[in-house]
Amino acid sequence: MNTFDVAAIKADFPILQRCFNGRKIVYLDSAASSQRPEAVLDAMDTYYRTTHANVHRGVYAIAEEATRLFEEARHAYGRFVGAPDPAHEVVFTKNATEAVNLVAGTWGRANLGPGDHIVLTEMEHHANLVPWLMLSEQKGFSIRYIPVDRSGWLDLSDIDALLDGAKLLGVTLVSNVLGTLNPVAELAALAHAQGALVLADGAQFVPHMATSVTALGCDFLVATGHKMLGPTGIGMLWARRALLEEMPPFLGGGEMIRDVRLDGFTPNEVPWKFEAGTPPIAEAVGLAAALSYLEGLGMDAVRAHEIALTGYAMDALQHAYGDEIVLFGPDGPSNRGGVLSFAFKDLHPHDISQVLDAEGVCIRAGHHCAKPLMRKLDVSATARASFYVYNDEQDVEALVKALGKADELFGIG
Amino acid sequence: MAGLEDLYREIILDHYRNPRNRGELPVPPAHRTEGFNPLCGDEIVVYLSVTDGIVEDLRIGGQGCSISQSSASMMSAAVKGKTTAEARRTIATFKSMMSIHESTLDTSAGLASDPEIPEGVSSEDSGLDEDPSDELRPPSEAELTALGDLAALQGVVKFPVRIKCATLSWNTLAQGLDEIATSA
Ligand SMILES: Cc1ncc(COP(=O)(O)O)c(C=O)c1O
Repeated sequence: MNTFDVAAIKADFPILQRCFNGRKIVYLDSAASSQRPEAVLDAMDTYYRTTHANVHRGVYAIAEEATRLFEEARHAYGRFVGAPDPAHEVVFTKNATEAVNLVAGTWGRANLGPGDHIVLTEMEHHANLVPWLMLSEQKGFSIRYIPVDRSGWLDLSDIDALLDGAKLLGVTLVSNVLGTLNPVAELAALAHAQGALVLADGAQFVPHMATSVTALGCDFLVATGHKMLGPTGIGMLWARRALLEEMPPFLGGGEMIRDVRLDGFTPNEVPWKFEAGTPPIAEAVGLAAALSYLEGLGMDAVRAHEIALTGYAMDALQHAYGDEIVLFGPDGPSNRGGVLSFAFKDLHPHDISQVLDAEGVCIRAGHHCAKPLMRKLDVSATARASFYVYNDEQDVEALVKALGKADELFGIG
Repeated sequence: MAGLEDLYREIILDHYRNPRNRGELPVPPAHRTEGFNPLCGDEIVVYLSVTDGIVEDLRIGGQGCSISQSSASMMSAAVKGKTTAEARRTIATFKSMMSIHESTLDTSAGLASDPEIPEGVSSEDSGLDEDPSDELRPPSEAELTALGDLAALQGVVKFPVRIKCATLSWNTLAQGLDEIATSA
């Protein structure tokens, strides 16, 4: 039973109709940023053409409409991730990176000091690493790391010792390099038993499968609009309302205050307390359209498609190239997101992606903002293909074929 | 749109498959300098043995893509046995070949140009101070001819993201020569 009509989905994405060298592009870099369907582009365009005004300020009709659309988007995202209080628990930021910086700069600044420690993993994206490194330089707490084992899983053999007395566990739900789907619900239970809070990086998870913050058991969840069919310039932090209320404000300015005097200010209620200045309004409208598009497909179907396609790709690559291709990360597509990092013969990832580009196939080459993990894998870079709702078996075939061209050109090994 | 054949010329692939002067030299007496491309993590190590102002020997270590590896290989062949002054001149000529086109890329390269890489970033990123007048002066025909095999790397400028790959070993060599000059 295949209810997932990829051809129809593809047709919804104008950019995927674009041709290079007479071929439609094969876009396999959605882990870096996805594309947007017509519905998202239209929603933003219509918003700007008919409704735009600043939010939370004007009493005139379009300002009220804009405010309503903006707050509806917040609510929609809250529901999308299963927030208990969707209207008050979602903070819009610029991207996932800023959402982590918000947690570090408010909760972290208020709660971490000398003698404290937090726990991260070796597979964190720089976004969930550097903000903590920066804060630890200032506040003098230490950071422990859950190691990654050879097969791409977190090595949990020392987890009790690592978490003992920790204040926070920061962990990615899906690795953007290895694809590993981490057992965050179990880790959250262990962390909570130690009194630690849990920050889950959902940048590669929320776009791809049904998300429930209560089932995950996390206290903070960050994600980013542009990886889930939405626009750039909007990120989402979800946190429990009680936690948000305890946290000091982040950036200062308009919108985040209830009152300002020359000798002080009273912050606004949550979540607006964390949204200084004019927020990403059109982006929120676009995000809401992206969420309804995804909900229209059904997140379970999105995930089923991803597992099927990732499995197909793993098989196809191994069938075509055997030992000459090394796939990083766990075996079995249901243990991973739609991210496939690989090494191919002795070819450098830059050369691979350059040749693939000439074949119209867009993949990523580089360190994927995870340099500590690259060191652990003992590579300087990997080539990475990643899949989303608009990818199909033909895209995978194009990848397999284009790799053959790279092999022909470099002719070694 | 620039084609792959502009980038991967046969001579480049040959140097990639059969790198010249690959290896190490004992340090000391040789001098060791590391270069790093922060964008992709590629590393080049240049071992230099300079006696009486002559690059008597050099070896290349590290790892990287075909462009950085072949550029390093060609570089080693080009400067081995030369005086340090000649080596510096070759570096300047090569680097001007890699940058003259950069200013014209905006208009000519279209999709191939990479807005992420502002002009001149390759030299800034290596942390080296270079004389900008040298960078901007286009190489003469005679100088290009003198580059020999190296002229094959000219196609790289059509792929702005890859320019840093081509210049990595040269920046490292320049740094090594500077270090030797100041320690002498
Ligand atoms: C796992 C992970 N976390 C965080 C981010 C950061 O997202 P953004 O650049 O939108 O802040 C990314 C995106 O590259 C990611 O893959």
